[in-house]
Amino acid sequence: METPLTQHISSDRPPYNLRDYEKVGGYQALRKALTTMTPAEVTKLVQESDLKGRGGAGFNTGMKWSFVPMTDGTPIKYLIANADEMEPGTFKDRMLMEGNPHQFIEGMIISAYAIQANISYIFLRWAYKKAGRLLLHAMEEAYAAGYLGKNILGIGYNLEMHLHTGVGRYICGEETALLNALEGKRATPRTKPPFPQVSGLFGKPTIVNNVETFCNIPHIIQNGAQWFKDLSKGSDAGTKIYGISGRVKKPGLWELPMGVTMRELIEVHGGGMANGYEFRGALPGGASTDFLVKEHLDVKLDFKSVAAAGSRLGTGTMIILDDHTCPVGFVHNLEHFFAQESCGWCTPCREGLPWTEKTLLSIERGEGRPEDLDLLDMHTKYLGPGNTFCALAPGAMEPLQSALKYFREDFEMHITQKKCPWR
Amino acid sequence: MIIQETLTPEEIEEIDHEIALVPYRKAACIEALKIVQHHRGWISDESLQSIADHLEMSVEELDSVATFYNLVFRKPVGRNVILLCDSISCYVMGYEKIYAQIRDRLHISFGETTPDGRFTLLPNACLGTCDHAPALMINNELYRDLTEDRLDEILNGYH
Repeated sequence: METPLTQHISSDRPPYNLRDYEKVGGYQALRKALTTMTPAEVTKLVQESDLKGRGGAGFNTGMKWSFVPMTDGTPIKYLIANADEMEPGTFKDRMLMEGNPHQFIEGMIISAYAIQANISYIFLRWAYKKAGRLLLHAMEEAYAAGYLGKNILGIGYNLEMHLHTGVGRYICGEETALLNALEGKRATPRTKPPFPQVSGLFGKPTIVNNVETFCNIPHIIQNGAQWFKDLSKGSDAGTKIYGISGRVKKPGLWELPMGVTMRELIEVHGGGMANGYEFRGALPGGASTDFLVKEHLDVKLDFKSVAAAGSRLGTGTMIILDDHTCPVGFVHNLEHFFAQESCGWCTPCREGLPWTEKTLLSIERGEGRPEDLDLLDMHTKYLGPGNTFCALAPGAMEPLQSALKYFREDFEMHITQKKCPWR
Repeated sequence: MIIQETLTPEEIEEIDHEIALVPYRKAACIEALKIVQHHRGWISDESLQSIADHLEMSVEELDSVATFYNLVFRKPVGRNVILLCDSISCYVMGYEKIYAQIRDRLHISFGETTPDGRFTLLPNACLGTCDHAPALMINNELYRDLTEDRLDEILNGYH
């Protein structure tokens, strides 16, 4: 089984420095792209590989790049890595950055070349101190080796790279809110259109991609689109960094072919449920995805199959709900997070999320009324897609609406017994 | 408490370095807040005014940015800041027991500082180390796979 993204990552040693990374073929893809391919050919290859964005939305990466105007009249363009990783239950980008920072940087440089950006930023979350140190060191090495800076590989292409560390807000992971944060503003999302590909950072064409997305780029350049598609077992191309947190025997991260089943992920890689704990459900890709339950264990974890099962692959890092954990408390914890992290711009989100949170808290404390369930159902509609500028509120409703569907009797028990049965 | 009003030459030098990287001065305001907080521990009204003046922006606009972000402190904090993850994986793995133990040992709840100024305790959204939950950070150090036994030892390392 091929594991291109993690083949040179080991938790037993520090990540490869530039020289060691080059010894295992590092920066060869950069050389190939910059010296033998035009920017348009790079974009076309990435588009053909069917690489979909690994930040959660799952949009074709090459197609996103193809929306950047490539006329000579727009010289300033930006490339940004979204390394804000604040989706609760998600910890994959940390591993990729700490484990092999050069792979990530090489992917960024090739991507910047494809859209002819001359300035790039890594938007890193504040808490990732170790990743920040390792990235700064790797960037220095890349500058010294001539992979960053002026006239890269002698082809006349220039690229600056800066590390920006955030100051903590979930909404910064939203593409347009991230741009506002980088401009020194409150991180509220922007109206689309215009899309960032046309008018992004400081009003210039901008591409924002997730860390894992960038890490795939050197391998696609080196091995081609068909190779990338053949890595998969499902309907989407490539491998995926999957993860599990919660009560399994071995929580962790694994690079597996796209389309591994939920059952295999939990039972084989996660070692099965921890002793004394039963599986009740899971959020397949972070806090803002719908629950999948026992009947979905054979669902393939790719974008299309998970969507068909009523959820989203999201970030691919799964959070398990076990039978010792109260589903109402679990969802209350999620809605507390979303209410706190709402940027406050759109009314349904600013007002609806605290209302949702308080309603869940009263149910959890045994103070709920039967009509509270109708109230929660109402919120899942009013905060759903189409009512807000960004996906925060609709994302917040995904675990709630599916919990009301699959664990409704647990909500009802709280109300009829006037207490949380788990406490 | 002595409140520094004007920016120090060192702070100005660091802020000017950031201004040089952006198209206009106020675009460097988050970096400037980080720099001043790094030197002073928090952002007082006086610090805010000095930064706003230096960046040629209104103090109201700067405060709207400063209060938006979780990790810009507009109130004084203790010598050590504990950020306890209260997000979902840590909830499932029992962060509430860790929180109860901190309250028991330090007699502070979320948002509070010990009277001796040794610790401030804050809740924090997911720290991105969910396979090793529960987790917390103290200053720049990450602690994971927390147990009640380990917590006392960790807290004893900070003065």
